[in-house]
Amino acid sequence: MSDETETLTRFAPDSGTEVALPVHTDLLRLATAGSVDDGKSTLVGRLLHDTKSVLADQLDAVHRASADRGLSTPDLSLLVDGLRAEREQGITIDVAYRYFATGKRTFVLADTPGHVQYTRNTVTGASTAQLAVLLVDARKGVVEQTRRHAAVLALLGVPRLVLAINKIDMVDFDESVHTAIAQDFARHARALGYSDENVVTVPVSALHGDNVVERSERTPWYEGPALLEHLETVPVAPDPHDAPFRLPVQYVIRPRTAEHPDYRGYAGQVAAGVVNEGDEVVVLPGGARSRVSMVDTPDGPAQSAAAGRSVTVLLEDDLDIARGDVIVAADNQPSVTDEFDATVCWLAEKPLSPRAKVLIKHGARTVQAMATELATRFDEQELSSVDAPERLELNEIGKVRFRTSESLPIDEYAASRRTGSFIVLDPSDGSTLAAGLIGVPLAPLASAVTR
Amino acid sequence: MDQNLDLPEDPATSEAPPQVDNLDALESEAIHIFREVAGEFDRPVILFSGGKDSTVLLHLALKAFRPAPVPFPLLHVDTGHNFEEVLQFRDELVSRHDLRLVVARVQDWIDDGRLSERPDGTRNPLQTQPLLEAIEQNRFDAVFGGGRRDEERARAKERVFSLRDSFGQWDPRRQRPELWNLYNGKHRAGEHMRVFPLSNWTELDVWRYIQREKIELAKLYYAHRREVFYRDGMWLTSGPWGGPREDEDVHEKTVRYRTVGDGSCTGAVESEAYTVDDVIAEVAASHLTERGATRADDRMSEAAMEDRKREGYF
Repeated sequence: MSDETETLTRFAPDSGTEVALPVHTDLLRLATAGSVDDGKSTLVGRLLHDTKSVLADQLDAVHRASADRGLSTPDLSLLVDGLRAEREQGITIDVAYRYFATGKRTFVLADTPGHVQYTRNTVTGASTAQLAVLLVDARKGVVEQTRRHAAVLALLGVPRLVLAINKIDMVDFDESVHTAIAQDFARHARALGYSDENVVTVPVSALHGDNVVERSERTPWYEGPALLEHLETVPVAPDPHDAPFRLPVQYVIRPRTAEHPDYRGYAGQVAAGVVNEGDEVVVLPGGARSRVSMVDTPDGPAQSAAAGRSVTVLLEDDLDIARGDVIVAADNQPSVTDEFDATVCWLAEKPLSPRAKVLIKHGARTVQAMATELATRFDEQELSSVDAPERLELNEIGKVRFRTSESLPIDEYAASRRTGSFIVLDPSDGSTLAAGLIGVPLAPLASAVTR
Repeated sequence: MDQNLDLPEDPATSEAPPQVDNLDALESEAIHIFREVAGEFDRPVILFSGGKDSTVLLHLALKAFRPAPVPFPLLHVDTGHNFEEVLQFRDELVSRHDLRLVVARVQDWIDDGRLSERPDGTRNPLQTQPLLEAIEQNRFDAVFGGGRRDEERARAKERVFSLRDSFGQWDPRRQRPELWNLYNGKHRAGEHMRVFPLSNWTELDVWRYIQREKIELAKLYYAHRREVFYRDGMWLTSGPWGGPREDEDVHEKTVRYRTVGDGSCTGAVESEAYTVDDVIAEVAASHLTERGATRADDRMSEAAMEDRKREGYF
């Protein structure tokens, strides 16, 4: 609690701060991960504050709420724990999304709780993250939980990791502590498939602000960037533009107006690659071939559109195309199949049993499916692998074979996070049961086992 | 470990730097959400208050389906204490884009006794019942709202697709995980989905988008002279919602609104921001959130927003 008082006074906004107006910024989606006491909320709080994302009335509310509880010092967790139950129990229950911006970049941060239900929350936060910040306590170094989190981040294909070695002040800013932890983590990250340039280690004190926004004079031996500096400058590679073109058709736009009597456009968000006017394409699963006659965007026709943009594509031929179909590059097509292996992160309390009937939503198509075989379950507690498990339970990860009622055009998750992913739904009540990654070997998890 | 500042250039990005502009990314995400709902639901509706977030929402819907018209009607819950400028603006937009407008009136519920006026005079919390009845009567199965997660900490927990039970209730502990951009639209009869395409936008993003797209707003978002009186730290407009009381003096001030809602609890801020550019500079420099500055209803209790959302409020 005394820690938080100090943090809070430091968090009081300055008056009359000069504000740089963001002009043209890009967007970085990131997730946090770490154990309960690693100081994650303090770090998130500091990032929010120092980028002026915590405002005076929000701080006032924390002061008031703390006083109402009879606390003599403000409880900073009230700033981020948004739900009544979270504040009552003093824990974070659910993923929350936070926003901050600097003159260079806008950030969407998935703030995931650190308690036992790590897989469910880490998977949710990691599914859209371009970078993850993993926290460790400098006094404890890399622990099992760090390894598990890193394995899940690797499995979900988060391209870049930052290891924030927090509470560096508690080890007297000792370089050798930092070096030992950094090397330990680097070994682990390499085993998970990360190249060294995609992993950065920063010694920080979230409480005192060392190396969070500004480089600290108390770590003269550290030559790298402060955490925020790194977040502002790390290249954002949202989706590889050299990947083959994929467009899951969400909706068919047919105005049938006097102005547009023949307009028939296939609307969707480009999932991978680039589409150009004149490109030869194939519509799957049917297989009809045509050419792109127009790439229409929210701002009107364009020569081309890249991954991430919501567009409407018009074709030269009059084909029967509906929601759920996928328009792809003719020279580089996904496989079309009704049977495939996937890595599944089970997110529901109701377990998965072999031969269970489920629904699979892949792109804009939802089909009936059956889990024909549970091949492997990764045991996160024991850090071991179990063959032919009887079921997959909440927070468990396993390899499952699915058979679907209709063929799906699928890519490997490793090649395309968008067209290689799916969600598993409960046919009875529609709830979301699992996250699915097509064809992914359990390599990251296996390496966590072998360490 | 070496700190790697000179990362190898990605061949795909070095040729033509595809700067993923923040607003483009948010726009594409919102449009994707609109089209998912159009594809998966039978009877969606856009909740429309005439405020800046609803106006941006409508602008995005127009872009998502162009050159075809927006395939959804609008639903406005009229508290009976709305600003005249906002109602006029609403009606102009509806007729300009040839939209269908459904209005649920709190006044009707008060007149026939189904709801009674609150002692504090605010009608904001009274919107929930008429809203839920309008959803039920029209059998709307997806209801778009302009809510953003940056507005309030309970909203920070809200999903983009947020399932409501047959009583319209939100249960924050039973939310579905939201993975990649695969939104789960499954729901049972009687349940409906609240959908928030602006979830990942901040107040500043909204204003920068208004600037970029030259979106016209209700005039009271910009500085103007107005007769106001001071109550609970806010400048309120005189009106049928009660006020000024005998001990409250009326002043003429140059003000603008950061949010528009029920007149009884939505305050103006003193401002000289006459243009979008002025507003952006003002918002960027403000030390108060828009709700903290001008919304009395959120101050009622620590969990005011969460409690209202649980009951079915937006």
